[in-house]
Amino acid sequence: MLDVLAAKKTGNKWAKRKKTLLLISMVAPGAIWLILLRYLPMIGIVVAFQKYKIYSKAPSLLNNIIHSQFNGLGNFKFLFKTTDSLKMIRNTLLYNICWIILMLVVAVTFAIMINEITQKLVAKTYQTLMFFPYFLSWVVVSYFVLAFLDPTSGLLTNLQKSLGQVPTRWYNDPKPWPFILTITNLWKGLGYSSILYLATITGISASQYEAASIDGASKWQQVIHVTLPHLRPMILLLFIISIGKVFNADFGLFYTVPMDSGPLYPVTQVIDTYVYRALMATGGDVGMSTAASLFQNAVGFLFLMGANQIVKKIDEESSLF
Amino acid sequence: MSTLAETIKFRKSKLNMNEVKLPVKILIHILVGGFSILCIIPFLFVIIIAFTAESSISEIGYSFWPNAWSLDSITYLAKLGKQLWVSYGNSFLITIVGTILSVLMCVMYSYALFRKDFKFRGFFTMFSFFTTMFGGGLAPTYMICKNLLGLSDNYAAIIVPLLVNPFNIIVMRTFFRTSVPYELIEAASVDGSGEYRTLFEIIVPISKPGIATIALLNALAYWNEWFIPLLYIRDAAHTPLQFLLYRMQAQVDFLAKNSGIMGPEATKLAQNTPKNSLRMMMVVLVVIPIACAYPFFQRYIISGLTIGSVKE
Repeated sequence: MLDVLAAKKTGNKWAKRKKTLLLISMVAPGAIWLILLRYLPMIGIVVAFQKYKIYSKAPSLLNNIIHSQFNGLGNFKFLFKTTDSLKMIRNTLLYNICWIILMLVVAVTFAIMINEITQKLVAKTYQTLMFFPYFLSWVVVSYFVLAFLDPTSGLLTNLQKSLGQVPTRWYNDPKPWPFILTITNLWKGLGYSSILYLATITGISASQYEAASIDGASKWQQVIHVTLPHLRPMILLLFIISIGKVFNADFGLFYTVPMDSGPLYPVTQVIDTYVYRALMATGGDVGMSTAASLFQNAVGFLFLMGANQIVKKIDEESSLF
Repeated sequence: MSTLAETIKFRKSKLNMNEVKLPVKILIHILVGGFSILCIIPFLFVIIIAFTAESSISEIGYSFWPNAWSLDSITYLAKLGKQLWVSYGNSFLITIVGTILSVLMCVMYSYALFRKDFKFRGFFTMFSFFTTMFGGGLAPTYMICKNLLGLSDNYAAIIVPLLVNPFNIIVMRTFFRTSVPYELIEAASVDGSGEYRTLFEIIVPISKPGIATIALLNALAYWNEWFIPLLYIRDAAHTPLQFLLYRMQAQVDFLAKNSGIMGPEATKLAQNTPKNSLRMMMVVLVVIPIACAYPFFQRYIISGLTIGSVKE
């Protein structure tokens, strides 16, 4: 009797081990990918503290790193000394902060408005049309923008000409670009954001609105006292995530939509485009590029944690973790 | 009967009471409807330019009402199109292979995380989640992919960097949690079904909507990718469609150069290319597959996005 039990136990143990091994084999492909393409590059961060040079005798990644000289915080000092880098940090932060607020307000407003449309087919059609830009790449969008701003044939250029004005040289004049980028970003992202909020709104039970309506609440009061409180967790969650990304910019928007045009750099250079340009430019500076990325990642990580702590204090339920 | 009709009538009148007033309604339709139309107008505009005669463009520029129409862009594409079809083929190949591999990896990874009896569940959850908060940055990733993994001028260079997305893993795991009854796995295990058989013969068939969501998100990412090729692809043979379009921003004659036509004929072709309408025709050809398909699969994408944004 005891023997049988013992046999069963060891059998169980083996079965458990086998199960664990099989489950590990399921995560293995993904885990290996994460190691090679996400964790290994984290080791490469050492380059941020080096004067990275290609080791001419036997150039390989490892040799280059081993034989490059460490220069401590030199890259970072250089990064914060130049006015260009301060400009790109300012650009990244300003665009992001403005767009977080703008997108939140407009998307919530649109979601509430769509929810008030009683003809379901019409509401569905609007949603489908508004979702279209989400499916396009920034390269495609850059051609859409070009159709309006092309220096010789663009619609706006020719409109200005026909009105007798001197046409703006759109890809050389930085002044209008903060607005162009804002409009383009809103145009591409609004449908997606409002659909996210709309999904939460449609989940609110109708009885809550009925009760409020019977109590004599106007439509506006219903929005304030029923809809917005229900949206609060979603708004806070998306807010934490966007604060964590406040130093990250959408590369495609800032790189292809202005057609990588040099005169526009003062208003289109953001950390992400700098990281790319520093890496790919002839005689590019790998150390500087990595230093800028590290700054971006480290500060972003701290901001994410900070925003999460603050939200946790306000509303335990809505924090990310 | 009559009472039912009355109740419905009563309900309806009450619901009507809770509707917004007419002027507000009109305002909503102007704002939301107006923006909806604005969302597709640029695309319609690009289609019009693609069919505009070059003479009209040089006279009045791009216009919603051109002076003259033409099919030049299409006839030139037929002549110069070799690179276009190569890129179309590349894009389809990359999208199909990439989607299959990434979905397979995502389903297996998230299924293991879904299993409560998996010993290292917490570890592997953190292992993927942490990469969404912190990373090595572009330069180290680029150097490792290019120098160490040999991702340069081959299909793997475009497929591999997008294989795993921690966001999709979270979506898929949440999907398993909400739609797969856990007893099913226990029952299968009692019946002696192996782990892989349970996953692929029992779990996968009942998780089709979730898998469709992940597959569509991945397919869209692969189809629209141009940044990864910008990093790792230099030769024309591996250029996918979006990257071809990107290259034509700077080199309008990229198609002519890679058409396979040589000698004086090529120079002549390049000179007479209807450059403006041809580029816009390319944009149309890139967008058309998406524009036709997305209305049918958008509900899957929406369900994925809303699942992903809900905290566990």
